Amino acid sequence: MPKIAVDAVVTAHEVLGPGVKKLVVKAPAIAGQAAPGQFVQLKIREGEPLLRRPLSIASVDPVAGTVDLIYRIVGKGTKVLADLPAGAVVNCLGPLGHGFSLDCKAPLLVGGGMGIAPLLFLAERFAKKASILMGGRNQEEMFWPALYENKVQEIFVTTDDGSLGKQGFTVSLLPELLASGRYDRVFVCGPEIMMAAAAKIAAEYAVPCQVSMEKHMACGLGACLSCTCESKDGTKRKKVCQDGPVFWAQEVL
Amino acid sequence: MDRENRLAVKIAGISLKTPVMTGSGTFGFGEEFSEFVDLNEIGAIVVKGTTLQPRSGNPGVRIAETPSGMLNCIGLENPGVEYFLADILPRISQYAAPIIVNISGSSVEEYGVLARMLDVPGVAAIELNVSCPNVKEGGIVFGTDPASAAAVVREAKRNTKKPVIIKLSPNVTDITVMAKAVEAAGADAISLINTLIGMAIDIKTWRPILGNVIGGLSGPAVKPVALRLVWQVAQVVKIPIIGMGGIMSAEDAIEFLLAGASAVAVGTANFVNPSATQEIAAGIEAYLKERKLTQVSQIIGQLKIK
Repeated sequence: MPKIAVDAVVTAHEVLGPGVKKLVVKAPAIAGQAAPGQFVQLKIREGEPLLRRPLSIASVDPVAGTVDLIYRIVGKGTKVLADLPAGAVVNCLGPLGHGFSLDCKAPLLVGGGMGIAPLLFLAERFAKKASILMGGRNQEEMFWPALYENKVQEIFVTTDDGSLGKQGFTVSLLPELLASGRYDRVFVCGPEIMMAAAAKIAAEYAVPCQVSMEKHMACGLGACLSCTCESKDGTKRKKVCQDGPVFWAQEVL
Repeated sequence: MDRENRLAVKIAGISLKTPVMTGSGTFGFGEEFSEFVDLNEIGAIVVKGTTLQPRSGNPGVRIAETPSGMLNCIGLENPGVEYFLADILPRISQYAAPIIVNISGSSVEEYGVLARMLDVPGVAAIELNVSCPNVKEGGIVFGTDPASAAAVVREAKRNTKKPVIIKLSPNVTDITVMAKAVEAAGADAISLINTLIGMAIDIKTWRPILGNVIGGLSGPAVKPVALRLVWQVAQVVKIPIIGMGGIMSAEDAIEFLLAGASAVAVGTANFVNPSATQEIAAGIEAYLKERKLTQVSQIIGQLKIK
Protein backbone atom coordinates (compact mmCIF):
# COMPACT_ATOMS: atom_id res chain seq x y z
CA MET A 1 0.00 0.00 0.00
CA PRO A 2 2.00 3.02 -1.20
CA LYS A 3 2.10 6.14 0.90
CA ILE A 4 1.76 9.47 -0.80
CA ALA A 5 2.04 13.14 0.06
CA VAL A 6 -0.58 15.23 -1.71
CA ASP A 7 -1.91 18.74 -1.55
CA ALA A 8 -5.49 18.34 -0.39
CA VAL A 9 -8.26 20.91 -0.48
CA VAL A 10 -10.35 21.37 2.65
CA THR A 11 -13.91 20.69 1.53
CA ALA A 12 -15.60 21.13 4.91
CA HIS A 13 -14.57 22.06 8.40
CA GLU A 14 -17.13 22.02 11.19
CA VAL A 15 -17.41 22.13 14.96
CA LEU A 16 -18.61 18.84 16.46
CA GLY A 17 -18.36 19.65 20.14
CA PRO A 18 -16.44 21.73 22.65
CA GLY A 19 -12.97 22.20 21.14
CA VAL A 20 -13.53 19.36 18.70
CA LYS A 21 -13.72 19.81 14.93
CA LYS A 22 -14.10 17.67 11.85
CA LEU A 23 -11.88 18.48 8.90
CA VAL A 24 -12.75 16.98 5.52
CA VAL A 25 -10.03 16.99 2.88
CA LYS A 26 -10.10 15.84 -0.70
CA ALA A 27 -7.40 13.22 -1.17
CA PRO A 28 -8.80 10.48 -3.43
CA ALA A 29 -5.68 8.30 -3.49
CA ILE A 30 -5.63 8.21 0.31
CA ALA A 31 -9.40 7.82 0.67
CA GLY A 32 -9.31 4.92 -1.78
CA GLN A 33 -6.80 2.80 0.08
CA ALA A 34 -6.90 3.82 3.74
CA ALA A 35 -7.79 1.14 6.29
CA PRO A 36 -9.41 1.72 9.70
CA GLY A 37 -6.80 2.53 12.33
CA GLN A 38 -4.45 4.26 9.91
CA PHE A 39 -3.58 7.94 10.12
CA VAL A 40 -2.31 10.85 8.06
CA GLN A 41 0.32 13.48 8.74
CA LEU A 42 -0.81 17.01 7.88
CA LYS A 43 1.51 19.84 6.95
CA ILE A 44 -0.93 22.58 7.84
CA ARG A 45 0.72 25.43 5.95
CA GLU A 46 4.11 26.73 4.81
CA GLY A 47 6.42 27.71 7.65
CA GLU A 48 5.08 27.34 11.17
CA PRO A 49 4.15 24.99 12.63
CA LEU A 50 7.19 23.28 11.21
CA LEU A 51 6.33 19.65 11.75
CA ARG A 52 3.40 17.69 10.42
CA ARG A 53 0.59 16.75 12.77
CA PRO A 54 -0.60 13.15 12.96
CA LEU A 55 -4.40 12.75 12.83
CA SER A 56 -6.30 9.49 12.82
CA ILE A 57 -8.69 8.84 9.98
CA ALA A 58 -12.30 9.02 11.21
CA SER A 59 -13.95 8.12 7.93
CA VAL A 60 -13.36 8.00 4.20
CA ASP A 61 -15.63 8.47 1.23
CA PRO A 62 -13.93 6.65 -1.64
CA VAL A 63 -16.56 7.90 -4.09
CA ALA A 64 -16.15 11.58 -3.19
CA GLY A 65 -12.45 10.97 -2.58
CA THR A 66 -12.57 12.61 0.83
CA VAL A 67 -11.00 11.83 4.18
CA ASP A 68 -12.56 12.90 7.52
CA LEU A 69 -10.25 13.87 10.35
CA ILE A 70 -11.69 14.59 13.79
CA TYR A 71 -9.40 16.35 16.23
CA ARG A 72 -9.38 18.26 19.49
CA ILE A 73 -7.74 21.67 19.62
CA VAL A 74 -4.94 21.08 22.09
CA GLY A 75 -1.84 22.97 21.01
CA LYS A 76 -0.13 25.26 18.55
CA GLY A 77 -0.66 22.99 15.56
CA THR A 78 -4.32 22.20 16.06
CA LYS A 79 -5.02 25.87 16.84
CA VAL A 80 -3.66 26.86 13.43
CA LEU A 81 -5.47 23.94 11.83
CA ALA A 82 -8.78 24.98 13.42
CA ASP A 83 -8.68 28.31 11.60
CA LEU A 84 -8.41 26.81 8.12
CA PRO A 85 -11.41 27.72 5.97
CA ALA A 86 -12.96 25.48 3.34
CA GLY A 87 -10.93 25.86 0.17
CA ALA A 88 -7.60 26.01 2.00
CA VAL A 89 -4.95 23.50 1.02
CA VAL A 90 -3.04 21.21 3.39
CA ASN A 91 -0.40 18.67 2.50
CA CYS A 92 -1.64 15.24 3.45
CA LEU A 93 0.81 12.35 3.89
CA GLY A 94 -0.70 8.92 4.15
CA PRO A 95 -2.18 6.50 4.66
CA LEU A 96 0.28 5.71 7.45
CA GLY A 97 0.69 2.90 9.92
CA HIS A 98 -0.85 -0.45 10.51
CA GLY A 99 -4.62 -0.62 11.05
CA PHE A 100 -7.04 -2.89 12.89
CA SER A 101 -7.35 -6.61 12.09
CA LEU A 102 -10.86 -7.11 10.75
CA ASP A 103 -11.02 -10.90 10.96
CA CYS A 104 -13.76 -11.25 13.57
CA LYS A 105 -17.52 -11.75 13.65
CA ALA A 106 -18.84 -9.77 16.61
CA PRO A 107 -16.55 -6.87 17.47
CA LEU A 108 -16.95 -4.56 20.45
CA LEU A 109 -15.37 -1.15 20.00
CA VAL A 110 -14.30 0.67 23.17
CA GLY A 111 -13.49 4.35 22.89
CA GLY A 112 -12.54 6.98 25.44
CA GLY A 113 -12.60 10.70 24.60
CA MET A 114 -10.93 11.47 21.26
CA GLY A 115 -10.19 7.76 20.93
CA ILE A 116 -13.78 7.43 19.73
CA ALA A 117 -12.80 9.16 16.45
CA PRO A 118 -10.78 6.42 14.66
CA LEU A 119 -13.28 3.78 15.80
CA LEU A 120 -15.90 5.47 13.61
CA PHE A 121 -14.01 4.41 10.48
CA LEU A 122 -13.77 0.91 11.94
CA ALA A 123 -17.52 0.83 12.69
CA GLU A 124 -18.30 1.88 9.12
CA ARG A 125 -16.04 -0.84 7.72
CA PHE A 126 -17.83 -3.44 9.87
CA ALA A 127 -21.14 -2.35 8.31
CA LYS A 128 -23.36 -2.52 11.42
CA LYS A 129 -21.70 -5.68 12.69
CA ALA A 130 -19.99 -3.88 15.60
CA SER A 131 -21.23 -2.44 18.86
CA ILE A 132 -19.53 0.39 20.69
CA LEU A 133 -18.89 1.28 24.30
CA MET A 134 -17.88 4.90 24.57
CA GLY A 135 -17.09 7.23 27.43
CA GLY A 136 -16.30 10.85 28.11
CA ARG A 137 -16.37 13.46 30.81
CA ASN A 138 -19.91 14.75 30.44
CA GLN A 139 -22.91 15.02 28.14
CA GLU A 140 -21.55 18.11 26.40
CA GLU A 141 -18.44 16.21 25.32
CA MET A 142 -20.43 13.15 24.32
CA PHE A 143 -21.70 14.31 20.94
CA TRP A 144 -20.42 11.03 19.54
CA PRO A 145 -23.54 8.79 19.73
CA ALA A 146 -25.20 10.76 16.92
CA LEU A 147 -22.19 10.09 14.66
CA TYR A 148 -22.53 6.35 15.25
CA GLU A 149 -26.26 6.14 14.73
CA ASN A 150 -27.24 3.50 12.15
CA LYS A 151 -23.61 2.41 11.92
CA VAL A 152 -23.51 -0.03 14.82
CA GLN A 153 -25.67 -2.64 16.54
CA GLU A 154 -25.71 -1.06 19.97
CA ILE A 155 -24.24 2.03 21.62
CA PHE A 156 -23.29 1.97 25.30
CA VAL A 157 -22.36 5.28 26.89
CA THR A 158 -20.64 6.24 30.12
CA THR A 159 -19.76 9.68 31.48
CA ASP A 160 -17.61 10.63 34.45
CA ASP A 161 -20.43 12.74 35.93
CA GLY A 162 -23.34 10.59 34.87
CA SER A 163 -24.89 13.36 32.75
CA LEU A 164 -25.27 10.87 29.90
CA GLY A 165 -25.43 7.10 30.02
CA LYS A 166 -24.02 5.26 32.99
CA GLN A 167 -21.84 7.10 35.48
CA GLY A 168 -18.26 5.81 35.71
CA PHE A 169 -15.20 5.05 33.67
CA THR A 170 -15.67 3.66 30.19
CA VAL A 171 -14.22 0.30 31.12
CA SER A 172 -16.56 -0.10 34.09
CA LEU A 173 -19.21 -1.46 31.71
CA LEU A 174 -16.81 -3.76 29.91
CA PRO A 175 -16.94 -6.81 32.24
CA GLU A 176 -20.70 -7.23 31.94
CA LEU A 177 -20.63 -6.73 28.17
CA LEU A 178 -17.93 -9.35 27.75
CA ALA A 179 -19.61 -11.68 30.25
CA SER A 180 -22.51 -11.93 27.80
CA GLY A 181 -20.18 -13.91 25.51
CA ARG A 182 -21.50 -12.01 22.51
CA TYR A 183 -18.22 -10.50 21.39
CA ASP A 184 -15.21 -12.16 19.82
CA ARG A 185 -12.91 -9.13 19.57
CA VAL A 186 -12.33 -5.90 21.47
CA PHE A 187 -10.87 -2.82 19.77
CA VAL A 188 -9.80 -0.06 22.14
CA CYS A 189 -8.74 3.50 21.52
CA GLY A 190 -8.30 6.07 24.28
CA PRO A 191 -5.90 7.14 27.01
CA GLU A 192 -3.19 4.55 27.64
CA ILE A 193 -4.34 3.87 31.18
CA MET A 194 -7.85 3.12 29.92
CA MET A 195 -6.54 0.88 27.15
CA ALA A 196 -4.46 -1.04 29.67
CA ALA A 197 -7.51 -1.54 31.89
CA ALA A 198 -9.65 -2.64 28.93
CA ALA A 199 -6.96 -5.02 27.73
CA LYS A 200 -6.77 -6.60 31.17
CA ILE A 201 -10.52 -7.17 31.28
CA ALA A 202 -10.53 -8.56 27.74
CA ALA A 203 -7.77 -10.98 28.72
CA GLU A 204 -9.83 -12.11 31.74
CA TYR A 205 -12.70 -12.98 29.41
CA ALA A 206 -10.28 -14.46 26.84
CA VAL A 207 -11.40 -12.06 24.13
CA PRO A 208 -8.59 -10.98 21.75
CA CYS A 209 -7.96 -7.26 22.08
CA GLN A 210 -6.36 -4.65 19.87
CA VAL A 211 -5.35 -1.19 21.04
CA SER A 212 -4.41 1.98 19.16
CA MET A 213 -1.40 3.79 20.64
CA GLU A 214 -0.63 7.48 20.51
CA LYS A 215 2.83 9.07 20.81
CA HIS A 216 4.53 12.30 19.84
CA MET A 217 6.05 11.75 16.41
CA ALA A 218 7.92 13.70 13.77
CA CYS A 219 8.18 11.76 10.51
CA GLY A 220 5.38 9.18 10.67
CA LEU A 221 7.50 6.96 8.42
CA GLY A 222 9.50 4.94 10.91
CA ALA A 223 12.66 6.99 10.56
CA CYS A 224 12.94 9.44 13.42
CA LEU A 225 12.23 6.96 16.24
CA SER A 226 10.41 9.58 18.31
CA CYS A 227 7.42 7.32 18.82
CA THR A 228 8.88 3.94 19.65
CA CYS A 229 7.58 1.98 22.60
CA GLU A 230 8.78 -1.01 24.53
CA SER A 231 7.41 -4.32 23.35
CA LYS A 232 5.97 -6.58 25.99
CA ASP A 233 6.25 -9.79 24.04
CA GLY A 234 10.03 -9.97 24.05
CA THR A 235 10.50 -8.76 20.50
CA LYS A 236 12.13 -5.58 19.16
CA ARG A 237 10.88 -2.14 20.21
CA LYS A 238 7.81 -1.11 18.27
CA LYS A 239 7.42 1.97 16.12
CA VAL A 240 3.97 3.37 16.85
CA CYS A 241 3.91 5.10 13.44
CA GLN A 242 4.81 2.03 11.43
CA ASP A 243 4.32 -1.20 13.42
CA GLY A 244 1.24 0.48 14.94
CA PRO A 245 -0.58 2.56 15.84
CA VAL A 246 -2.75 -0.56 16.22
CA PHE A 247 -1.23 -3.45 18.16
CA TRP A 248 -2.46 -6.59 19.84
CA ALA A 249 -2.71 -5.52 23.48
CA GLN A 250 -0.17 -8.04 24.70
CA GLU A 251 2.45 -6.64 22.32
CA VAL A 252 2.65 -3.27 24.02
CA LEU A 253 0.64 -3.16 27.27
CA MET B 1 23.91 12.95 -18.15
CA ASP B 2 23.59 16.69 -18.01
CA ARG B 3 22.41 16.45 -14.43
CA GLU B 4 25.24 14.15 -13.44
CA ASN B 5 27.80 16.50 -14.89
CA ARG B 6 26.49 19.50 -13.04
CA LEU B 7 25.73 18.07 -9.61
CA ALA B 8 28.39 15.38 -9.26
CA VAL B 9 30.85 15.91 -6.44
CA LYS B 10 33.60 13.87 -4.87
CA ILE B 11 34.00 13.90 -1.10
CA ALA B 12 36.83 12.03 0.59
CA GLY B 13 37.15 9.83 -2.46
CA ILE B 14 33.45 8.99 -2.67
CA SER B 15 31.64 9.97 -5.86
CA LEU B 16 28.21 11.44 -5.22
CA LYS B 17 25.61 11.97 -7.93
CA THR B 18 24.44 15.09 -6.15
CA PRO B 19 25.89 17.09 -3.29
CA VAL B 20 22.74 16.44 -1.24
CA MET B 21 23.04 13.71 1.38
CA THR B 22 20.82 12.84 4.34
CA GLY B 23 21.49 13.74 7.95
CA SER B 24 22.02 10.77 10.26
CA GLY B 25 18.96 10.01 12.36
CA THR B 26 16.55 11.82 10.06
CA PHE B 27 16.36 9.30 7.26
CA GLY B 28 16.27 5.95 9.06
CA PHE B 29 18.16 3.47 6.94
CA GLY B 30 16.90 5.05 3.73
CA GLU B 31 14.29 2.46 2.85
CA GLU B 32 11.69 4.25 5.01
CA PHE B 33 11.73 6.94 2.31
CA SER B 34 11.77 4.71 -0.76
CA GLU B 35 8.27 5.83 -1.76
CA PHE B 36 9.30 9.48 -1.77
CA VAL B 37 12.86 9.61 -3.10
CA ASP B 38 14.77 7.55 -5.63
CA LEU B 39 17.47 5.99 -3.48
CA ASN B 40 19.53 5.46 -6.60
CA GLU B 41 19.68 9.16 -7.26
CA ILE B 42 20.36 10.90 -3.96
CA GLY B 43 23.88 11.98 -3.00
CA ALA B 44 24.35 9.54 -0.16
CA ILE B 45 22.38 7.82 2.57
CA VAL B 46 23.80 8.51 6.02
CA VAL B 47 22.13 5.95 8.23
CA LYS B 48 20.89 6.19 11.79
CA GLY B 49 23.64 6.29 14.42
CA THR B 50 24.87 2.76 15.06
CA THR B 51 26.46 1.42 18.24
CA LEU B 52 28.21 -1.81 19.18
CA GLN B 53 25.28 -3.07 21.25
CA PRO B 54 21.60 -2.48 20.45
CA ARG B 55 20.20 0.55 22.28
CA SER B 56 16.59 1.23 23.21
CA GLY B 57 17.07 4.99 23.53
CA ASN B 58 15.67 7.39 26.10
CA PRO B 59 12.38 6.96 27.96
CA GLY B 60 9.61 9.56 27.91
CA VAL B 61 8.82 12.22 25.34
CA ARG B 62 11.51 12.34 22.69
CA ILE B 63 10.59 15.32 20.54
CA ALA B 64 9.28 18.81 21.05
CA GLU B 65 8.55 21.38 18.42
CA THR B 66 10.07 24.79 19.13
CA PRO B 67 9.99 28.03 17.13
CA SER B 68 11.29 27.16 13.63
CA GLY B 69 12.78 23.95 14.87
CA MET B 70 12.55 20.88 17.01
CA LEU B 71 14.30 19.31 19.97
CA ASN B 72 14.99 15.61 20.09
CA CYS B 73 16.39 13.26 22.68
CA ILE B 74 16.01 9.91 20.94
CA GLY B 75 19.12 8.62 22.70
CA LEU B 76 20.65 6.63 19.83
CA GLU B 77 18.01 3.95 19.63
CA ASN B 78 19.37 1.47 17.12
CA PRO B 79 19.50 -2.29 16.57
CA GLY B 80 23.29 -2.54 16.97
CA VAL B 81 26.05 -3.01 14.41
CA GLU B 82 25.68 -6.77 14.05
CA TYR B 83 22.02 -6.50 13.14
CA PHE B 84 22.83 -3.64 10.79
CA LEU B 85 25.47 -5.71 8.99
CA ALA B 86 23.37 -8.87 8.80
CA ASP B 87 19.87 -7.54 8.17
CA ILE B 88 19.93 -3.98 6.90
CA LEU B 89 23.10 -3.42 4.89
CA PRO B 90 22.44 -6.24 2.40
CA ARG B 91 19.11 -4.58 1.53
CA ILE B 92 20.17 -0.95 1.34
CA SER B 93 23.51 -1.55 -0.36
CA GLN B 94 21.56 -2.53 -3.45
CA TYR B 95 20.73 1.11 -4.04
CA ALA B 96 23.16 3.19 -6.07
CA ALA B 97 23.49 5.86 -3.36
CA PRO B 98 26.65 5.44 -1.30
CA ILE B 99 25.92 4.24 2.25
CA ILE B 100 27.65 6.18 5.01
CA VAL B 101 27.38 4.60 8.44
CA ASN B 102 27.25 6.94 11.42
CA ILE B 103 28.82 5.34 14.50
CA SER B 104 28.93 6.17 18.21
CA GLY B 105 31.25 4.57 20.71
CA SER B 106 31.43 4.74 24.47
CA SER B 107 35.25 4.61 24.37
CA VAL B 108 37.98 5.39 21.86
CA GLU B 109 38.53 1.64 21.40
CA GLU B 110 34.86 1.08 20.62
CA TYR B 111 35.05 3.49 17.67
CA GLY B 112 37.92 1.34 16.40
CA VAL B 113 35.96 -1.88 16.79
CA LEU B 114 32.96 -0.39 14.97
CA ALA B 115 35.15 1.02 12.19
CA ARG B 116 36.73 -2.39 11.67
CA MET B 117 33.40 -4.22 11.67
CA LEU B 118 32.09 -1.79 9.07
CA ASP B 119 35.10 -2.11 6.77
CA VAL B 120 33.02 -4.24 4.44
CA PRO B 121 31.71 -3.98 0.87
CA GLY B 122 28.56 -1.88 0.65
CA VAL B 123 29.77 0.71 3.15
CA ALA B 124 31.16 3.79 1.39
CA ALA B 125 32.41 5.64 4.46
CA ILE B 126 31.92 5.98 8.16
CA GLU B 127 30.86 9.08 9.99
CA LEU B 128 32.04 9.41 13.58
CA ASN B 129 29.37 10.77 15.87
CA VAL B 130 31.28 12.47 18.65
CA SER B 131 28.60 14.95 19.38
CA CYS B 132 25.40 13.20 20.39
CA PRO B 133 23.96 15.35 23.16
CA ASN B 134 21.58 12.65 24.28
CA VAL B 135 23.66 9.84 25.71
CA LYS B 136 25.54 9.86 28.95
CA GLU B 137 28.64 7.89 28.15
CA GLY B 138 30.85 8.90 25.22
CA GLY B 139 28.99 11.07 22.80
CA ILE B 140 29.54 14.70 23.47
CA VAL B 141 32.70 14.12 25.54
CA PHE B 142 34.67 13.24 22.43
CA GLY B 143 33.22 16.14 20.53
CA THR B 144 34.19 18.94 22.89
CA ASP B 145 37.82 18.04 23.59
CA PRO B 146 40.20 18.35 20.61
CA ALA B 147 42.60 15.69 21.89
CA SER B 148 39.77 13.17 22.42
CA ALA B 149 38.25 13.88 19.00
CA ALA B 150 41.65 13.43 17.39
CA ALA B 151 42.14 10.16 19.26
CA VAL B 152 38.80 8.86 17.98
CA VAL B 153 39.75 9.76 14.41
CA ARG B 154 43.14 8.06 14.67
CA GLU B 155 41.58 4.93 16.15
CA ALA B 156 38.98 4.77 13.39
CA LYS B 157 41.56 5.39 10.65
CA ARG B 158 43.76 2.63 12.06
CA ASN B 159 40.90 0.17 11.79
CA THR B 160 39.40 0.86 8.39
CA LYS B 161 40.38 1.62 4.86
CA LYS B 162 37.12 3.49 4.33
CA PRO B 163 37.07 7.27 4.35
CA VAL B 164 36.45 8.60 7.86
CA ILE B 165 34.17 11.59 8.30
CA ILE B 166 33.79 13.20 11.71
CA LYS B 167 30.61 15.01 12.70
CA LEU B 168 31.48 17.88 14.98
CA SER B 169 29.42 19.46 17.71
CA PRO B 170 28.52 23.13 17.55
CA ASN B 171 28.52 23.18 21.35
CA VAL B 172 32.15 24.30 21.66
CA THR B 173 33.87 27.62 22.28
CA ASP B 174 36.03 27.59 19.15
CA ILE B 175 35.08 25.22 16.36
CA THR B 176 38.29 25.88 14.43
CA VAL B 177 40.37 24.27 17.17
CA MET B 178 38.31 21.09 16.87
CA ALA B 179 38.43 21.14 13.07
CA LYS B 180 42.20 21.57 12.91
CA ALA B 181 42.71 18.80 15.47
CA VAL B 182 40.66 16.24 13.55
CA GLU B 183 42.24 17.21 10.25
CA ALA B 184 45.71 16.71 11.73
CA ALA B 185 44.56 13.33 13.05
CA GLY B 186 43.72 12.21 9.53
CA ALA B 187 39.99 12.81 9.14
CA ASP B 188 38.94 12.69 5.49
CA ALA B 189 36.00 15.08 5.87
CA ILE B 190 34.05 17.01 8.49
CA SER B 191 30.26 17.03 8.94
CA LEU B 192 29.00 20.27 10.44
CA ILE B 193 26.84 20.67 12.49
CA ASN B 194 25.28 18.25 14.92
CA THR B 195 22.40 19.66 16.96
CA LEU B 196 22.65 22.55 19.38
CA ILE B 197 21.77 21.60 22.94
CA GLY B 198 18.48 23.09 24.09
CA MET B 199 15.44 22.51 26.26
CA ALA B 200 11.77 23.34 26.60
CA ILE B 201 9.55 23.57 29.68
CA ASP B 202 5.83 22.95 30.15
CA ILE B 203 4.67 25.88 32.29
CA LYS B 204 1.44 24.08 33.22
CA THR B 205 3.24 21.21 34.92
CA TRP B 206 6.59 22.91 35.65
CA ARG B 207 8.27 19.94 34.03
CA PRO B 208 10.67 19.65 31.11
CA ILE B 209 8.89 18.63 27.92
CA LEU B 210 11.59 16.16 26.96
CA GLY B 211 12.00 12.94 28.91
CA ASN B 212 15.76 13.53 28.90
CA VAL B 213 15.29 17.18 30.08
CA ILE B 214 17.68 18.46 27.38
CA GLY B 215 17.88 17.59 23.72
CA GLY B 216 19.32 18.56 20.37
CA LEU B 217 17.88 21.51 18.49
CA SER B 218 17.58 21.22 14.71
CA GLY B 219 15.63 22.80 11.89
CA PRO B 220 15.58 26.29 10.37
CA ALA B 221 16.26 27.86 13.79
CA VAL B 222 19.87 26.61 13.73
CA LYS B 223 20.71 27.44 10.12
CA PRO B 224 22.46 30.79 10.66
CA VAL B 225 24.63 29.24 13.37
CA ALA B 226 25.45 26.24 11.21
CA LEU B 227 26.32 28.43 8.25
CA ARG B 228 28.67 30.54 10.36
CA LEU B 229 30.43 27.43 11.71
CA VAL B 230 30.84 25.95 8.22
CA TRP B 231 32.28 29.22 6.97
CA GLN B 232 34.71 29.49 9.90
CA VAL B 233 35.92 25.91 9.48
CA ALA B 234 36.27 26.30 5.72
CA GLN B 235 38.84 29.03 6.38
CA VAL B 236 41.12 26.77 8.39
CA VAL B 237 40.99 23.22 6.95
CA LYS B 238 41.70 21.71 3.54
CA ILE B 239 39.54 18.59 3.98
CA PRO B 240 35.99 18.82 2.60
CA ILE B 241 33.06 19.90 4.77
CA ILE B 242 29.58 18.43 4.60
CA GLY B 243 27.35 21.30 5.67
CA MET B 244 24.09 20.74 7.51
CA GLY B 245 21.79 22.45 9.94
CA GLY B 246 18.27 23.55 9.08
CA ILE B 247 18.48 23.11 5.32
CA MET B 248 14.89 23.18 4.08
CA SER B 249 15.32 24.37 0.48
CA ALA B 250 17.78 24.57 -2.40
CA GLU B 251 18.43 28.20 -1.46
CA ASP B 252 19.50 27.11 2.02
CA ALA B 253 21.76 24.43 0.54
CA ILE B 254 23.36 26.93 -1.86
CA GLU B 255 24.23 29.19 1.07
CA PHE B 256 26.15 26.31 2.65
CA LEU B 257 27.96 25.56 -0.61
CA LEU B 258 28.94 29.22 -1.00
CA ALA B 259 30.17 29.25 2.60
CA GLY B 260 32.56 26.43 1.78
CA ALA B 261 30.69 23.14 2.16
CA SER B 262 31.51 20.64 -0.60
CA ALA B 263 28.25 18.81 0.02
CA VAL B 264 25.24 19.25 2.25
CA ALA B 265 22.99 17.03 4.32
CA VAL B 266 19.26 17.44 4.76
CA GLY B 267 17.90 16.49 8.17
CA THR B 268 14.78 17.86 9.83
CA ALA B 269 13.35 18.75 6.41
CA ASN B 270 12.88 15.03 5.75
CA PHE B 271 10.25 14.98 8.49
CA VAL B 272 8.35 17.84 6.93
CA ASN B 273 8.73 16.84 3.30
CA PRO B 274 9.89 13.28 2.70
CA SER B 275 10.97 14.20 -0.85
CA ALA B 276 13.14 17.09 0.38
CA THR B 277 16.56 15.66 -0.57
CA GLN B 278 15.60 15.14 -4.16
CA GLU B 279 13.75 18.43 -4.51
CA ILE B 280 16.72 20.32 -3.05
CA ALA B 281 19.10 18.64 -5.51
CA ALA B 282 16.80 19.59 -8.38
CA GLY B 283 16.68 23.15 -7.10
CA ILE B 284 20.47 23.40 -6.97
CA GLU B 285 20.62 22.09 -10.52
CA ALA B 286 18.13 24.69 -11.70
CA TYR B 287 20.14 27.42 -9.97
CA LEU B 288 23.36 26.31 -11.70
CA LYS B 289 21.63 26.08 -15.06
CA GLU B 290 20.14 29.53 -14.72
CA ARG B 291 23.61 30.94 -14.10
CA LYS B 292 25.12 28.91 -16.91
CA LEU B 293 27.37 27.08 -14.47
CA THR B 294 28.40 23.60 -15.49
CA GLN B 295 29.71 22.30 -12.16
CA VAL B 296 28.48 22.62 -8.62
CA SER B 297 32.15 23.02 -7.65
CA GLN B 298 32.01 26.46 -9.27
CA ILE B 299 30.04 27.79 -6.31
CA ILE B 300 31.70 25.90 -3.47
CA GLY B 301 33.44 28.33 -1.14
CA GLN B 302 32.83 31.23 -3.52
CA LEU B 303 31.48 33.57 -0.87
CA LYS B 304 32.63 37.12 -1.64
CA ILE B 305 33.52 38.97 1.53
CA LYS B 306 34.86 42.15 -0.03
